[in-house]
Amino acid sequence: MGKNNKAPRLPMPGKKGAAYYFRRDWQLYLLVFLPMVHLFIFKYLAYSGLSISFLDYKVAKGYFGSKFVGLDIFKKVFTHRNFLPALRNTLLLNVLDLVFSFPMPIILALLLNEVRVKWFKSVSQTMLYLPHFLSWVVIGAVAYQLFGVNNGIINSLIKSGGGEAIPFLQSDGWWLFTYVAIGVWQTMGWGTIIYLAAITNLNPDLYEAAKVDGANRWQQTLHVTLPGIRSTIVVMLIMQLGKIMGGSFERILALSNAAVPKYSTTIPMLVYDWFRANKFSESTALGLFQSVIGVLLVFVSDKFAKRMGEDGLL
Amino acid sequence: MSQIKSKQVVMNGETFTINKRGWTVSRVVNYIGDAIIWIIIGVCALSCLIPFIHIFAKSVSEEAAVVANKVFLIPQGFQLEAYRRIFQDASLLRSMYVTVVVTIVFTALGMFLTVCCAYALTRPDFKGGKVCTVLIMFTYYFTAGIIPDYLLMNNLHMLDTWWCLILPLCFAPYNLLILKNNLQGSIPEDLFESARLDGASHFTILRKMVLPLSKPILATVALFYAVGRWNAYSDALYYIQRRTDLRPLQLKLYYLIVAATESLQSDAGSVQVMTNPEVMRAACIIFAAVPIICVYPFIQRYFVQGTMVGAVKG
Repeated sequence: MGKNNKAPRLPMPGKKGAAYYFRRDWQLYLLVFLPMVHLFIFKYLAYSGLSISFLDYKVAKGYFGSKFVGLDIFKKVFTHRNFLPALRNTLLLNVLDLVFSFPMPIILALLLNEVRVKWFKSVSQTMLYLPHFLSWVVIGAVAYQLFGVNNGIINSLIKSGGGEAIPFLQSDGWWLFTYVAIGVWQTMGWGTIIYLAAITNLNPDLYEAAKVDGANRWQQTLHVTLPGIRSTIVVMLIMQLGKIMGGSFERILALSNAAVPKYSTTIPMLVYDWFRANKFSESTALGLFQSVIGVLLVFVSDKFAKRMGEDGLL
Repeated sequence: MSQIKSKQVVMNGETFTINKRGWTVSRVVNYIGDAIIWIIIGVCALSCLIPFIHIFAKSVSEEAAVVANKVFLIPQGFQLEAYRRIFQDASLLRSMYVTVVVTIVFTALGMFLTVCCAYALTRPDFKGGKVCTVLIMFTYYFTAGIIPDYLLMNNLHMLDTWWCLILPLCFAPYNLLILKNNLQGSIPEDLFESARLDGASHFTILRKMVLPLSKPILATVALFYAVGRWNAYSDALYYIQRRTDLRPLQLKLYYLIVAATESLQSDAGSVQVMTNPEVMRAACIIFAAVPIICVYPFIQRYFVQGTMVGAVKG
């Protein structure tokens, strides 16, 4: 495939028409045809549904029969009594996740790096990765089995130790704790992969030099490994900050229950509740609000990462 | 591979230093440090495995022992009644069947679209490739949201059909990105050029050259699709409302255990109804988790690889 300006037998060097490229690369266009059709139908056609956040949408009337109401739906959503709690909870749960789930993989990666016995390292890694592969339903169901007040093994151990049963999943404050703890547990192993890869790429000479200077293992970790993976940590942190308006609906749905609405009412949960109440317009507007903020945050964090001399995400 | 190699260099260096010093204070400190590291990693790793051993023990124990909270890790009074009932329950088996069929078709279709698209987008002189990439990645960062997706499914008359579980998600931008990034680096451009000069069509190059040379990354992406589809349930929660026979396993488990709004079909006409649902629930969790638990030790290295490829440019 010669570059187009190197083909002298063609009448017009430089700019070529669409027909030329189509004749030359029709096989490639055929290859992207089906994926693009899929993209158009299932992604871009779906965007048209966003229009109902500006309509007083009734299923029976359809897009065109429903009345255009401008920003009334958004006003209704933003003044709804559940909106601010949902926004607060979304931010709260994500910030707590960031504070507690973020450092754990770094610590574990640094510790795993210190393990010299191969079998122990690979066996414990295999075990640590397990929660990443299971669905949130399974994890939620397991959580109810472990943390139940009457039947949960944790509470029966507490009771046999003479303590009071703790409503891990049934009272608001404890639910928050359990939600965050399960998040830490689920991500701690899988998150180490990126950091372990970064540690592997560090120059072994640095450790040699540190040893010559008399640094012990702890000092090597602190002054060689940790600074070595700092840029990875920064990028991961920025990526997490970009997701602060997101959050998994599947996770919260699997872990929440009717007893703990105080912290478990997040934006995706509210979208689901309103959907079940047939409030399609409100539900769409709320989802759109979350998407837009989410995209803006990703862009801002990408700019941030690039300014710090990193690759960025986009 | 390179991860293990360079690790060994570091490790060998470290071992070497320790041996040279002999039995000294620093060596004792080293051993204590090792012990602490092993304990922390061991506790974290066991915390990922023990819940599942506990639930398995519960699922095969006598009901009385479970109710009395006597079962921890070792089954008390072995029985398989719960599993016998699961395999008699038509709705659970049906859910398993739905999940298996959907996962297979979803993965096959997704791989077809992703491979075709990724190959075309890696050709450097493919006019319009950039536009396609931008169009695809835009949908990765800005999603329409679940309600517009739901309305689209409604308009396409796909609600409560097999297709709503297969088609909407079967072409994933993230997986495309992973495959594209990997194809770009792995095969030298000269090979393509000479194949084209020899008169090979793009289809032939894709089939005879690209696919055989990139088996590991193809396995990775296929597993991303398969495990993702197997574990997801929020789309089915929205799309499958009337046809209860089309509920995938994870959704079935959600209704059975997390929401606890349903009981097993076999409960209805059964004479020996178990008084306590705990054993049955434990067995259902194991039933749903076992396929993944069985395969994940073999597939985890592909996931690790894919995660690292994705992290290069996410």
